[in-house]
Amino acid sequence: MEDIRLQPAMVVDDVVKRFGRGDEIVTAVDHVSFNVAQGEFVSVIGPSGCGKSTLFNIIGGLLGDYEGSVMIGDERISAPHPAVGMVFQEESTFPWRNVIDNVAFPLELQGVAKSERMDRAHHFIDMVGLASFEKNFPSQLSGGMRQRVSIARTLVSQPKILLMDEPFAALDEQTRLLLGDKITQIQQELNQTTLLITHNLTEAVQLSDRIVVMTYRPGKVKRIVDINLKRPRTSDVVGSDAFGHYVAEIWNDLREEASRGMADSESAASRRGAHG
Amino acid sequence: MADTLVRKSSSSPSLLFRYGPEITGLASLVVAALLFELLVRVGVINRYVIPPPSDVILAFERVVTEEDILGRSGATAFEMIVAAVAAVLVGVPVGALLHRSPLWRRAMEDWVGALAAAPIVLAFPLFLVLFGRSPKTIIVMAFFHGLAPIILKTIEGLSGTRKVLINVGRSLNMTSSQMFWKILFPSALPVIFTGIRLSWTFVLITVVGVEYLINLGGLGQLINELAERYDLPGTYAAIFFVILVSVFFFILLERVELWLRPAR
Repeated sequence: MEDIRLQPAMVVDDVVKRFGRGDEIVTAVDHVSFNVAQGEFVSVIGPSGCGKSTLFNIIGGLLGDYEGSVMIGDERISAPHPAVGMVFQEESTFPWRNVIDNVAFPLELQGVAKSERMDRAHHFIDMVGLASFEKNFPSQLSGGMRQRVSIARTLVSQPKILLMDEPFAALDEQTRLLLGDKITQIQQELNQTTLLITHNLTEAVQLSDRIVVMTYRPGKVKRIVDINLKRPRTSDVVGSDAFGHYVAEIWNDLREEASRGMADSESAASRRGAHG
Repeated sequence: MADTLVRKSSSSPSLLFRYGPEITGLASLVVAALLFELLVRVGVINRYVIPPPSDVILAFERVVTEEDILGRSGATAFEMIVAAVAAVLVGVPVGALLHRSPLWRRAMEDWVGALAAAPIVLAFPLFLVLFGRSPKTIIVMAFFHGLAPIILKTIEGLSGTRKVLINVGRSLNMTSSQMFWKILFPSALPVIFTGIRLSWTFVLITVVGVEYLINLGGLGQLINELAERYDLPGTYAAIFFVILVSVFFFILLERVELWLRPAR
């Protein structure tokens, strides 16, 4: 019998994205290829400027004009696809809707009957641990709680692939670790195929089955690392030797890229200073 | 007993805390009135320029019983509501249309801004010719004066919608109509309401101002008549009723806003 985890839920094949015209062309994503198996948690990690967000927008269908292909089944992604649920880096809850109405929003668009959408929204709110905050408005919640609302709103449509762009970037380290636990628990419970775009090394190792390490501009795949940490997994794993080993190994790959990125920003800043 | 004392001592500070701003505001008003009373009585302020507040209070009864204040307040409130609601009904769609078309927006935005700054009240002779000496003139002038802030703030509110919210809509494959009604419009509502508040202030000023200038209708005309008679306490009492109508107007707006934006 074929292992279902070996079937790719998504194939990213030779994706290239360039911005600008004529002499001003910048290649943001350069011949990037990898796949994500069903039920797998894959992270894409790289320094700022490696094209992570561009890749996120391409896979989410928000950037339709690119070379290569992102395939889900037989379909090439060139516009938002119902199989992909997106969670954004910036706070994206609707401030005028309370928690349950935020989470039920995608179902409202699909024309699902009110009682059913409330039941389904309630289920996912419960899953992200916000059952007692259903009637609260986002302004009454912390940053971490608001991101959990966004995650529940994405999960409620039961997307085949959960695509997240640094959803915990604005949170403190402890909240980030605890939310990592919550994400791991949900991912295992739903066997949810997940692709996380991040620049956070510990977060990537804590959550992932595989990590795609990107180079600094133009963004290419430098290496794909298998993370063989036991599942079910909790944040306790950060204390293990194996975790430290993976973090050190990936940092070894990233350091050179991050240094190039830093040098680039510093020279850009000095050019701006010289012109200013 | 001790329990009662504890409850008493804990309830009074909370009451003061709850109504503190209102009590302070009211107290400031009383202090200001007493100060004016004193300054007028000792002769620092001429009583033929500003009457003593006690005279104004005494004039209320006369203004209410002899000058049909309720009827006049009703006339002013009616003109204001018609002009203000019309400004909202026209201003928001016009703002939304201009937001959708960058060309029209760039072409019109400066003109609308100029309309907001124009002293429309002074154009009353033109409107008199067009609409005659009737409430229609007052309503049309107030409508035009109240229109610009709503159009400008609607454009500003819609343009200021956070990109990530639009991306959420795009990721959910929303139609442009769904995008407008479910994301852009609710996101713009706080700014649109700022425009409505500004607009309603302009409407109030224009209604009372034009009533005064053309000596027609409600409270503006009454202020004109009382000033002509040199009844200064009566004039100030009538001005107080203008403030009352304005307060009623803005409470109404606040209720509507609370209904539309429960998450304020």
